[in-house]
Amino acid sequence: MSPLPHSVSRRAVLLGSGALFAWTQMPRLARAEGRDPRMLVIILRGALDGLGAVAPVGDTGWFALRGDRALMLDGATPALPLDSFFALNPAMPSLNRLYKAREAAIVHATATPYRERSHFDGQDVLESGLTRPGTTESGWLNRALLALESEGRVNPQGSRAIGVGAVMPLVVRGGAPVMSWVPQNLLPASADTQARLLDLYHHTDPKLAAALQARMQLAALGGAGGMDDPMAAGDSPAMPPLARVRAYFADAAGTAGRFLARADGPRVGALGFVGWDTHINEGAAVGQLANLLSALDGALAAVETSMGDAWRETVVAVVTEFGRTARINGTNGTDHGTGTVAFLAGGAVKGGRVIADWPGLKTAQLYEGRDLKPTTDLRAVLKGLLRDHLRVDDTALATSVFPDSADVAPIADLVA
Amino acid sequence: MSTSATAEALLALQRFGMGPRPGSIAAIASDPRGALLAELDNPPAAAASALPSSGKAVRTVADANARRQAKAIVATRAQEEAKKQRAADAPMMAEDAAPKTSEMGEKTAAEAVPDPGRAIYLEEAKLRTEAALHADIGFTERLVWFWSNHFCISALKIRSMSGAYEREAIRPNVLGRFSDLLLAAENHPAMLFYLDNLGSMGASSVAGINRNRGLNENLSREALELHTLGVQGGYTQDDVISFANALTGWTWVPPNSSPEHGGEFAFNPRMHQPGAQTVLGKRYEQDDVEQGRAVLRDLAIHPATATHLAAKLARHFIADAPPPTVVEAIAKAFRDSGGDLKETAKAMIAAADSWSLPPTKLKRPGEWVVAMVRSTGITKVDPGRYTGGVALLGEPLWSPPSPKGFPDDEASWIDGAGRRLDITNSFAEREADKVDPNEIIENVFASAVSAEVKQAVGQAESRQQALALLFMSAEFLRR
Repeated sequence: MSPLPHSVSRRAVLLGSGALFAWTQMPRLARAEGRDPRMLVIILRGALDGLGAVAPVGDTGWFALRGDRALMLDGATPALPLDSFFALNPAMPSLNRLYKAREAAIVHATATPYRERSHFDGQDVLESGLTRPGTTESGWLNRALLALESEGRVNPQGSRAIGVGAVMPLVVRGGAPVMSWVPQNLLPASADTQARLLDLYHHTDPKLAAALQARMQLAALGGAGGMDDPMAAGDSPAMPPLARVRAYFADAAGTAGRFLARADGPRVGALGFVGWDTHINEGAAVGQLANLLSALDGALAAVETSMGDAWRETVVAVVTEFGRTARINGTNGTDHGTGTVAFLAGGAVKGGRVIADWPGLKTAQLYEGRDLKPTTDLRAVLKGLLRDHLRVDDTALATSVFPDSADVAPIADLVA
Repeated sequence: MSTSATAEALLALQRFGMGPRPGSIAAIASDPRGALLAELDNPPAAAASALPSSGKAVRTVADANARRQAKAIVATRAQEEAKKQRAADAPMMAEDAAPKTSEMGEKTAAEAVPDPGRAIYLEEAKLRTEAALHADIGFTERLVWFWSNHFCISALKIRSMSGAYEREAIRPNVLGRFSDLLLAAENHPAMLFYLDNLGSMGASSVAGINRNRGLNENLSREALELHTLGVQGGYTQDDVISFANALTGWTWVPPNSSPEHGGEFAFNPRMHQPGAQTVLGKRYEQDDVEQGRAVLRDLAIHPATATHLAAKLARHFIADAPPPTVVEAIAKAFRDSGGDLKETAKAMIAAADSWSLPPTKLKRPGEWVVAMVRSTGITKVDPGRYTGGVALLGEPLWSPPSPKGFPDDEASWIDGAGRRLDITNSFAEREADKVDPNEIIENVFASAVSAEVKQAVGQAESRQQALALLFMSAEFLRR
């Protein structure tokens, strides 16, 4: 089986962290209920402007805040009404369709517990699941998998891991065996060479042994890769034009969907998209942000399409490290902020609604007078999904998965 | 040559250099630490280069873009004429609103005027990589790579300047004062472009009022968080804003506006926020480009900067989790010397931990590729192949995923180690008839590899396989 375009990996490394990282066990409790749930986490690195993605058109302060750059129902590029208060960026017709079909929900004015404005610390908190940055080697998704009773590997012949990602994101690092995958497009070393190297590592370097072993079962899921030698062709980074970004998002997400859909494929996956740090000429309606959201919209559609029937049992959670300033900055962009949105999509999502305890947009209502104030702890959303979809138990959620989060109750009823 | 002398020489070459070459262990075994210090005192001269300056590079690309656009318009017009003719012949056909240039016109133009940016990037990559291959030890090159990653820009955003930026802002300053390096990096057009400062203007500046535009915080924040104090460095949101105000007006001469100076740094007083700024409790009264410079000079010698940089240096060169004592020793050298980077580098050599800690660092892909090639004695680079290879390994040259640069810890890279086998395998396939793995063990590593590696190489089914196993051994991957 080789459903994968070979060219993806070159773009993967150019655009960063697009590799799929996935877990190939079957959650026991959910299986006992006759379900076979799938979950995909997409991390938007760089901080998504939640207000530019899902505009509070019913808030009288909205136009005052952003003026001509406020997405409006009657603007030049009219926003898509979600309910009487919120409207979706028109670059996201697929998400809009899913929302109308009650297969997508939006959480607004949400944030992790991080309240500073460093991308890297913010991503640390988002991915580690801890309340503070920089103190862990594992991510919440990995620890949730550890807490999950497993019914064994989906494919006993396959290994826990099938390939190699360039840089593994923190959210999936940790003790639970996770495969990482970037499409193959080099002539691989022979099985014999790999076996000899593995033997050498077993005697000299256990960590390298584990890394190589993880990769050696490649054939189980990814199929044979291409045989071309990309080093001969050479490549260099060029400005990724819109079409390339769009194709990359769709390829990466679609490939993740194909893996997750397989009966013997992984059940939980994660991937990341970069590029959301829109300091200059944000272009929420037309421009940079609209283009990125359009690419993300295409990625969601690609997951839906590639998953086929398994889409019914799927939750895709799209999250980012924090939001951006409520106001436009001096260069038609937005600077680092706080509250933002999370997108939930999938046949298993109880959709068709925007979940928000709206904080308001008057200066006094903004966080530190500048950012959308977070009123929903993103951990409550993630805990709700992990509990009700994958069946991670409450105690684990409050202690090992999101430590010190006993006071953050999981949001119920996110999944159908 | 005693075993311990060999081991220390190898460690010097791996931990602080670009990896051993044939004969390099013997050359420094009598005094490995002295050899490193000697390189710092007499660093190899940068190779002469005919490559364009950053300004010239960006102008060249801008010129080509303009010529390509003109070609596209001409080609589109010709196409439209032909279409009109056809429409006249078949009047029932509806006429679409014509775009300014058609897809076909753009394709014709792209073929007529290729992008010079790629050629410049590849030549820069070749120059840099060959410097690493030619160096006797390569400590200075390692410092160039380190500081280039610390002050990273991205070729994804400004490819034409990416190599020139390193040559102009980083390379001349890695053994000088940190304040000079910091100023050179922050006022380089590539950095101002990368971190969005070109259009940042004071809200009360002449240009800010006339154009109703204002501040962009990006450069200010990343300079504080990543380049100097560190995220724990004790600055506030107000400091970020004040420093961003101090940096307003730091821009460039637009590439298309001047055939002589386009793309060069310029201070535009009309964009500069008037008045004093207070950063970290200190008032800066200057009302011009000196205001930002003064803030940077103070940040350069701030104690938090010393600690932040020392920890990063120790993490890169010595261990993922370096002992606090070695970090403090490096920070002290930095503070005591007023930010002298040569003295700071010497402190790493002087630290006992540098010589006693086991080689647990996983080399980043670029380092590892260079070490592999050095061991074969090859000194010429095919830049397309090299940049393609490191990109596949997750470290595309001058294109890190964020302003933080490429990560420096084992956890980030170890899962990519398997992919290195594919790179090694194709390299070994090409070189197997020219390179003897046993000679690398004896002449390059002075036999200082484990018995297991010797055995694996000795029992390999082919020379290609032996080379692949050797290059993938912990001796090559770690330092």
